Amino acid sequence: MSNEKDCSMYTEHVESGKRKVTIQLKVNGHQVVRDIDPTMSLLHFLRDDQKLFGTKEACGEGECGACTVIMNGKAVTSCIVLAVEADGAEIKTVEGLAKNGKLSILQEEFIAEDALQCGFCTPGFLMSSRALLDHNPNPSDEEIIEVLSGNLCRCTGYIPILRAVKTAAERERKELGR
Amino acid sequence: MTDKQYESKYKRVGQRYNRKDAQEKVTGQALYTYDLEFPGMLHARCLFSPYARAKIVSIDTSKAKALPGVRAVLTGEDSDILVGLYMQDKRALSKGETRYHGDIVAAVAAVDEDTAERAISLLDVKYEPLEPVHNVDEALEAKTLVHDDINHLKHIEGVFFPQKDSNIASWNKSRKGDLDKAFAEADLVVENEFSLPAVAHVPMETHVAIVQEDPYSKKIRIWSSAQSPFAIRQIMADSFGISETDVEVHIPFVGGGFGGKAGIHLEPLATLLSRAAGGAPVKLRATREAEFNTLPTRAGMRGRIKSGVTKDGKITAIRVNYDWDSGAYADYGVNVGKTAVYSGLGPYAVENASIDSKTIYTNKVFSTAYRGFGHLETHWSIERQIDILSQKLGIDPYEFRMKNLLEPGTRTMSGELITESSGSPKDCLTAVVKEIGWTGRKTEEERQREWKTGKVRGKGFAMLQKAPAMPANTASSVIMQMNGDGHVKMMIGAVDFGQGANTVMAQIAAQILDIPIEHIEVMSEIDTRANPYDWNTVASKYTFMGGNAVIKASKEMLRKIKEVAAQALRTEPEMLAHAGGEVFHVHNPERRLSYKDIALGYMYPGGNSIGGPVISSGSSIADGLSNLHPETGQGLPALDWTFGAHAVELEVDVETGNIEILKIASAFDIGQVINEKLVYGQITGGVVQGLGSAILEGYKFNKNVQLMNPSFTDNKIPTMKDMPKEIVPIYIENPQHDGPFGARGVGEHPMISVPSAIGNAIYDALGINFHVLPLSPEAIMLGILSGKKEILGTDVENLPGH
Repeated sequence: MSNEKDCSMYTEHVESGKRKVTIQLKVNGHQVVRDIDPTMSLLHFLRDDQKLFGTKEACGEGECGACTVIMNGKAVTSCIVLAVEADGAEIKTVEGLAKNGKLSILQEEFIAEDALQCGFCTPGFLMSSRALLDHNPNPSDEEIIEVLSGNLCRCTGYIPILRAVKTAAERERKELGR
Repeated sequence: MTDKQYESKYKRVGQRYNRKDAQEKVTGQALYTYDLEFPGMLHARCLFSPYARAKIVSIDTSKAKALPGVRAVLTGEDSDILVGLYMQDKRALSKGETRYHGDIVAAVAAVDEDTAERAISLLDVKYEPLEPVHNVDEALEAKTLVHDDINHLKHIEGVFFPQKDSNIASWNKSRKGDLDKAFAEADLVVENEFSLPAVAHVPMETHVAIVQEDPYSKKIRIWSSAQSPFAIRQIMADSFGISETDVEVHIPFVGGGFGGKAGIHLEPLATLLSRAAGGAPVKLRATREAEFNTLPTRAGMRGRIKSGVTKDGKITAIRVNYDWDSGAYADYGVNVGKTAVYSGLGPYAVENASIDSKTIYTNKVFSTAYRGFGHLETHWSIERQIDILSQKLGIDPYEFRMKNLLEPGTRTMSGELITESSGSPKDCLTAVVKEIGWTGRKTEEERQREWKTGKVRGKGFAMLQKAPAMPANTASSVIMQMNGDGHVKMMIGAVDFGQGANTVMAQIAAQILDIPIEHIEVMSEIDTRANPYDWNTVASKYTFMGGNAVIKASKEMLRKIKEVAAQALRTEPEMLAHAGGEVFHVHNPERRLSYKDIALGYMYPGGNSIGGPVISSGSSIADGLSNLHPETGQGLPALDWTFGAHAVELEVDVETGNIEILKIASAFDIGQVINEKLVYGQITGGVVQGLGSAILEGYKFNKNVQLMNPSFTDNKIPTMKDMPKEIVPIYIENPQHDGPFGARGVGEHPMISVPSAIGNAIYDALGINFHVLPLSPEAIMLGILSGKKEILGTDVENLPGH
């Protein structure tokens, strides 16, 4: 946070006061070039700048996983990643899961197993699960639990989520030959 | 695994449909209040009291007001508006004195959150810290009054009973039989105390409200992550002195509630900020820390129970005192306390009984409804006491419960007669006990043998009951309109925040109209200008009350269709049957019309038309409920009791104190499954939430009553690693004659008595009775190391050598 003197330099929107930085990255396959405040988190870049509201903030300190996105193939909690760290990166958010108006298998299984209730944690769970299945198409229960224990859900009791990821993995292996 | 074996006798009711709004939620399309933006919208932040109790000596707002981008700065001096659903004891901003660590002292609206946050840091507040009221015992001494105006607080008279010059926000009572005589005649009298701390709801979307007070019309427009659009409308109108019609409440998708978003929360403060900022929309969003520290919790509670039993295991007398640590305010908390006087015995028939329930002010975070409110807490006390009684009598805890459970012909605490239509606690208990293979308690010898392996297994179970806790005039309503294609658009007054109300209502209408559920669209954003009234989306009441309203509306729609069809087909409406979206003559089925031929009016081949757009409505009201007698608590408070039972098998690691849940079987007499997939989700979700209360969660305060754990780092909720190895849902279907297809509510119930069943299973494993939640590894280890058999607290001082 800057001091009062810094604030007086601005008349409206008060950011960090630091010089803007240009970042270039791919978001859900689209090239994006933006000048941003260097203190901006990846979460706020995706939501406030890119208007991708699917990614949620539920704690702002990397504890709950609601803001999980995939950065260069790895699941990250975007609230504690700086947007500048994503310079040159490939980012995938929940909006990038379905293709050509068709839901992905993982999304279909979340629906079929009722792996969501209020839905607020769901984008984070989907992205953590997606990253897991990309690395390991046939995870054991223990491996799924280990990975997804970084995401909090208050509604489902997790059992339907575990089932959805398992059945999605099974279907992906069968239908996509993973 | 969900019970895919479940078979319904109905075509649509009872079937395993996917939830209606699932697609929007898996694609990121679902917009929550947190996501909404409006032109000119300002962002608000609050300054919270750093002390549990302090005098506000002065607040210098000049630097904050001078900060560019700041549009409004408010303190308690700016408004005297009091709000509350049952008890008006809370200001939008504290004035003169702060009452808990987290109480809102000042608020700022600015062009963005950063600016608002910076303005907050520029506020200069001088406090004079005062000695806080630490706990219910201190509060009951009444040396310090948390609310010195308690004698004048507005509340619902005759239902809540604030005590003069005290810290008791309400003292509710129930009495029946001759207690003194029954205790004198009992073979065994056992007294115990149980307690549990405050626990947070933890919705994943924190509380957030956007409010605009129109500077010209004075209309108030609200978008809120809330469970109670119509209660907000009523309270806002009441507190701000305007017509209900001039308050609009919009509820988009809501990221979880669990009771914490019932009633009214951030809306009044956001309204005042909008007014101060010249009518701009103001978004006030709680940070996660504020969600723990400023917004209300489940109250901590102490239960003291004295029971009298006969040698052969009949409970003849019970005296209960429940003391609720409601914290600084009790605007909703008093209703939790009230619930305890009619439901606080659990599902047992006891002829001589008394319950005193006191909702007490202290200087802690304040309390509100939390999933199954009052019941997880009272059942922790009652079901542990029942287990201890059976230990002392040397009777199997299953047999002991079966001798005392409610059954047709017996009466509840408030005098309600139980019938076949009420459901059966015994069926629930028998089912879960069978599921875990209960054969009786472990012997001490078996325990000792297992102890040597480092891990001891135990089994236990507990009963539960709950009826919706709501006023006697609680009502619901729905409006249905048929589109030209024969599909139906339905507007309800309840908020679907994940419990599945929209899907369940669509199924009920689809069943009656006999059209595919996909042909029914339930409007998913509530707007009080358009949607019909519903009291509050709380209490597991909506499947029952909304379901009955939908049945009425669907039947009315069908009647209107048949009246027009009868005229067109030249017959009587009584001669017409319906199926698959068509009406036809019962004898000459070729005489038929499709719903869509009638939906907007029927046109004869020549052009003459009859009927008009088909619209219907339905209402339901809590039939037969009465206020309870102020002294005896007798009356009819319950629209539908849902009885249930959990049975648990667990393993205790005697070297770490860690508990692993191997299996939990949960049975509920829900009368009729409406959607098995959704019921299953309520059970898995509720059980795991109950597990959180049992072994993990709880507020921790220091000696100055400052909250020590307002974050996910220090206030853990269960993760996937804490999931029980197996959850077995069991649906008991003894129908309730006035329920929709016989159904009862089950949204809250799965959470209730999970801690009690675990506590009872821990006794089976270790031979130790724990009286205090949570049963954390630390608590279990301290209990084991103390060498005692009754663990009344978790003080390290209890350990040998201290």
